[in-house]
Amino acid sequence: MPDRELTFAQAIREALIEEMRRDSSVCIFGEDVAEAGTPFKVLAGLVEEFGSERVIDTPISEAGFTGIAVGAAMTGLRPVVDIMFGDFITLTMDQMANQAAKVHYMSGGKWKVPMVMRTTLGATRRSAAQHSQSLHAWFSHVPGLKVVLPSTPRDAKGLLKTAIRDDNPVAFFEDKMMYRAKGPVPQEEYTIPFGVADIKREGRDITIVATSSMVQVALGAAGLLEKAGISAEVIDPRTTWPLDEKTLIESAQKTGRAMVVDEGYGRYGVAGEIAAVIAEAAFYDLDAPVKRLGAMQVPIPFSPPLEDLTVPTEKSVFEVAQELCR
Amino acid sequence: MSSATRSELGSEAAVERWLRAYRQMLSIRAFEERVNDLYTRALMPGLAHLYLGEEAIAVGVCEALNRDDYITSTHRGHGHCLAKGAAPDRMFAELLGKEAGYCRGKGGSMHIADPATGNLGANAIVAGSVAIATGAALSAKRLGNGRVTVCFFGEGALGQGLLYEVMNLAELWKLPVLYVCENNLYTEYTHYEETTAGEIPGRAAAFGIKSETVDGQDVRAVYAVAAKFVAGARRGDGPGFLVANTYRYHGHHVGDISREYYRPKEEEQHWKTERDPLKLLGSWLLKQGLADEAVLARIAAEVNGQLDAAVQFAIAAPYPNPEEVDKDVYA
Repeated sequence: MPDRELTFAQAIREALIEEMRRDSSVCIFGEDVAEAGTPFKVLAGLVEEFGSERVIDTPISEAGFTGIAVGAAMTGLRPVVDIMFGDFITLTMDQMANQAAKVHYMSGGKWKVPMVMRTTLGATRRSAAQHSQSLHAWFSHVPGLKVVLPSTPRDAKGLLKTAIRDDNPVAFFEDKMMYRAKGPVPQEEYTIPFGVADIKREGRDITIVATSSMVQVALGAAGLLEKAGISAEVIDPRTTWPLDEKTLIESAQKTGRAMVVDEGYGRYGVAGEIAAVIAEAAFYDLDAPVKRLGAMQVPIPFSPPLEDLTVPTEKSVFEVAQELCR
Repeated sequence: MSSATRSELGSEAAVERWLRAYRQMLSIRAFEERVNDLYTRALMPGLAHLYLGEEAIAVGVCEALNRDDYITSTHRGHGHCLAKGAAPDRMFAELLGKEAGYCRGKGGSMHIADPATGNLGANAIVAGSVAIATGAALSAKRLGNGRVTVCFFGEGALGQGLLYEVMNLAELWKLPVLYVCENNLYTEYTHYEETTAGEIPGRAAAFGIKSETVDGQDVRAVYAVAAKFVAGARRGDGPGFLVANTYRYHGHHVGDISREYYRPKEEEQHWKTERDPLKLLGSWLLKQGLADEAVLARIAAEVNGQLDAAVQFAIAAPYPNPEEVDKDVYA
């Protein structure tokens, strides 16, 4: 069967619908997830099919309903909680980092927490400092959590289905600026395993590791580099934990140059970690230092011309890559 | 029970219940005394928060539960775990960090968990388990399995916002959960009146949750109120809130020895001599003729022998192998 074109939002909705039909223990809770279908309309139509017992509107209590998901996951449900803006994960941090992440280990492997937290990241929506951050590094830091960053509709669907079937707490970050982006999605049933990077474009001269919507930015930059005579390989790790170190390292060893593009803050972040993984393992094969490109280290400003300065762009990726290949 | 008739008091089930409660409270007492001893002899690593003086609450509440009902517990959790059915030998093994412990030594004193007895886990974040308990109640309601969850916490948890988020949800969704607030008067080293505005039951009332305040030293009173709430929750009446007034005989943890700066010794002595839950139940049993001194002495001897053996088991048990350190991070 040929692939169809779906938007990122449609792919996520389809994953949820398929998993909810497959497994009656899967349920959704969050703010305005039922009739409203979330402000991004990602969940439109779900409450009509699955009912308010399974698509549950909550009060504005992120810590409360996240913790309730932990308890529900331990005792027979598979909750998918919806945190409207990734900035609000700060409110859930104890329930995720101290409870969900540690229950399995602290209980000597007896209790499990099969839950998914779906949330968003990404700037340039003119939403200012508390609705624009990319905080996936926070969860990536904590043993016991898995973290997923899909970059295409196809990946979003296959990875979300895997997340729902996983017996661990999984944080699933969606770039809200990608919800309307279209891409091919297989007609038939499929899942995508965690910890398997995807080479989005093959190249010879430089490895660009990119996450989430930065994959699209990196692919755009790779097009510009090609015109400048530089062949860039673009790799999407797809999950920051588990991390497919092998694919990243082998690519860097092959090209001899590497940079990492991630929309989280540049300091102490995902880009830094991936750069270190590459530098530690591929150092003697590298012809240049590994570079990081992340969000500018400021609270995201509201004013559009200022906000646009804070995120990596095709142009900035192109320039850094070109400099590395000089 | 004060209004019970003579025949009810004397019924075989009642006799069995209160003798069982006596034995269970004594087990917790004996367990905690041995923890204190192990700790002060440097045989136990880490922290130990003793439940001495509060035994009637865990036992009275758990007496109203089935084995497959759920509990969540706290850093002061040994009593809850034992009352829900945990075995002292595997408890001690966990406290000493041994492989035979309930969590294979990876949890320790503050994280005992045991699916076999419905124990979702003790929690070292104050109020950290209130949402987990409420989530378990949500599961029970969705799955229709009739289980009730009891969420134990100390009055210190009243300062945490998470508690009020989940109480709101529990009442909105009519979840089968009983919040048990053990008010032992001291939030670590500070009297609760210095940390708590308003009245404790007023917090439940604000959400429309039924609450009762009970003498937490009287196991029969605790049981009577808990049984009512648990039956209501099982019927679908929604959550309940039980305030049990009690007293912590020891410090916040075993190392908190010089306590006069925050509470007088006379106060401690008063609770130990006048309000001790074991003495109260023991003298009631004798007065009602449900047991004689010989029966109580025999129970004490059995419990002490069992607990000594449990300690020996834990001391002799091996530590986990080094390769265990990164096992069970992920399921």
